[in-house]
Amino acid sequence: MEIILAIGIGVLTGSGVWLLLRPRTFQVIIGLSLISYAVNLFIFGMGRLRTGAPPILHEGVVDATARYVDPVPQALVLTAIVIGFAMTALFLVVLLASRGLTGTDHVDGREQGQ
Amino acid sequence: MTRALDHLVIAPILLPLVAAALMLLLDERRRTLRTALSLTSTFGLLAIAIVLMAMADASPPGAGVSRTYPLGNWPAPFGIVLVLDRLSALMVALTAVLGCAALTFSLARWDRAGPYFHALFQLLLMGLNGAFLTGDLFNLFVFFELLLAASYGLLLHGTGLARVRAGLQYIAVNLAASSLFLIGVSLIYGVTGTLNMADLAQRIATVPDDNRMLLEAGAAILGIAFLVKAGMWPLGFWLPTAYAAAAPPVASVFAIMTKVGVYVVLRLSLLLFGEEAGASAHFGGTWILFGGLMTMIYGLIGILAAQDMPRMTGYAVLVSSGTVLAAIGIGGVSVTGGMLYYLASSTLALAAFFLLIELVERGRAAGADMLAVTMEAFGNGTEEESEHEEEIGAATPATLAVLGLSFFACALLLAGLPPLSGFIGKFVLLTAMLNPAGLVQTATAAAPGATVPMPAAEVWAFLAVIIVSGLATIIAMTRAGIRTFWAPIERSVPRVLAVELAPVAVLLMLCVAMTIEAAPVMRYMQATAQSLHATTDADSGRSIPPPLEKATEARP
Repeated sequence: MEIILAIGIGVLTGSGVWLLLRPRTFQVIIGLSLISYAVNLFIFGMGRLRTGAPPILHEGVVDATARYVDPVPQALVLTAIVIGFAMTALFLVVLLASRGLTGTDHVDGREQGQ
Repeated sequence: MTRALDHLVIAPILLPLVAAALMLLLDERRRTLRTALSLTSTFGLLAIAIVLMAMADASPPGAGVSRTYPLGNWPAPFGIVLVLDRLSALMVALTAVLGCAALTFSLARWDRAGPYFHALFQLLLMGLNGAFLTGDLFNLFVFFELLLAASYGLLLHGTGLARVRAGLQYIAVNLAASSLFLIGVSLIYGVTGTLNMADLAQRIATVPDDNRMLLEAGAAILGIAFLVKAGMWPLGFWLPTAYAAAAPPVASVFAIMTKVGVYVVLRLSLLLFGEEAGASAHFGGTWILFGGLMTMIYGLIGILAAQDMPRMTGYAVLVSSGTVLAAIGIGGVSVTGGMLYYLASSTLALAAFFLLIELVERGRAAGADMLAVTMEAFGNGTEEESEHEEEIGAATPATLAVLGLSFFACALLLAGLPPLSGFIGKFVLLTAMLNPAGLVQTATAAAPGATVPMPAAEVWAFLAVIIVSGLATIIAMTRAGIRTFWAPIERSVPRVLAVELAPVAVLLMLCVAMTIEAAPVMRYMQATAQSLHATTDADSGRSIPPPLEKATEARP
């Protein structure tokens, strides 16, 4: 499971960084989204991977910390997802405004060589 | 009474939040009500900040924290705390001062250049205050995102091609930096199992060696996220463009945004990687020092090369944050004290200058035309214009004299020439560097780390760069001043309202006050520096309640 997660994070980050460095605004926003997915998975991984373990403690369970998964990274991931959504939406609006004002989807607002 | 005072710690966050929420409910046309609300909130914030500063200053100089405020009354390592100490009180006060000045300035016309100016402005203040007050790493992330989201909106305020183009790049850079922030935070959490800064400081010394590399990698990645905000050299290319494109009152508040990055670097490097951090002590100090030096050099070249004044000021922001970063890299109690004085003085001066250049350039500006167009497009420009015609300031040479005088004061402040506070800040920095144990004989000086034998070469380099950057600033400012005031081809006196001139004057008078009252201000700064360094001394620091049974014990 660890290796799959690690490869997944790596591939997402790699593609994200590559897209982020591309000259078209749409590629940039997709790149940023991929990076934020990778980051979310990464935060999740930092809470250690464990299958079938609930994050909420119940009364009367002995040796609780061994049976339960750390809830903090899950809370962090939720927050990060929400903020990431909002920022992507905001960026999308600016991207459209830029496209409308400059007439091009180049990140510099003008085509190369112009 | 004390309970009420305890709750005051959260007031700088709640007040702007409530104000912004109320404003969103109001109709866009109820301008007077919004303005009143906005003014009340911002000036209320100033009052609160002053009380907080007094509260923080009441604690003994060696003590780290004056007050912690556990949100929801959860005990510290589990819940989120707000922390008030001298440094956070100082930064909140600076934010409030800049907020008041910029808001007053914007009332003349800028707040009508687009929708939701006041609400975004309040949210920006909330994010800034939250970032300064929080004692929790992830909460810091949330407040960072809040202030960034508001700043995206404010940067685009007034629209126009230049702003959208600069805004696009600004947002992309900051979104990427936010991802780095998250990676850093989660790495640190993965290693130490805590996000509370005070708790973290205690656990870092005990991190096993094979995990230390992970921890330091996390801290470095986290640091990069803040240094992007602070505009450190290879990471700060977005800054001059974005600041030059922003509307003047917005740029003026942005003057403190670079200082947020600086603030967090200062706080975390002293708290987490202080003396007792074991093998990780002084982690990253050299990088910050050289990054700061390079930022200053880049900034001074930019100042000399800049073609217009907003851009030049953008580079001046870089010089200011570079100076502060380099001083953080050098470290030591008295250097930190001088650095804080310089930080306050230069932030005020930069904010005043951002406002001033709009007034100065107005005489010949093409920007005014663009604003008129956007106001027209927005549909509420016309009736305001006619209303303003009568009360608009008479175009007397006196206006020009006041503007010229303010420009002169800004030049002195930014270049750090006597007699104003810019000089005192730089002077204290230089003295402290040449004589690390000199100014304040602290109790901590007994500890071997407090007077680190500093490699002299770095200090001399810093000294030289500070002086050269002052020279470059004064050359560029003189050139711009002559071009603006002495050699205009068609002489048109800018029409300036009193409400626009007043904030500039107040900001500059604050700098003058900092000069005249240098002794008490400096005492506060030194006490701040002392308590910052004291927090790294074992137990006096940001006391958290004795750890209950650690929920994270099972963490491998």
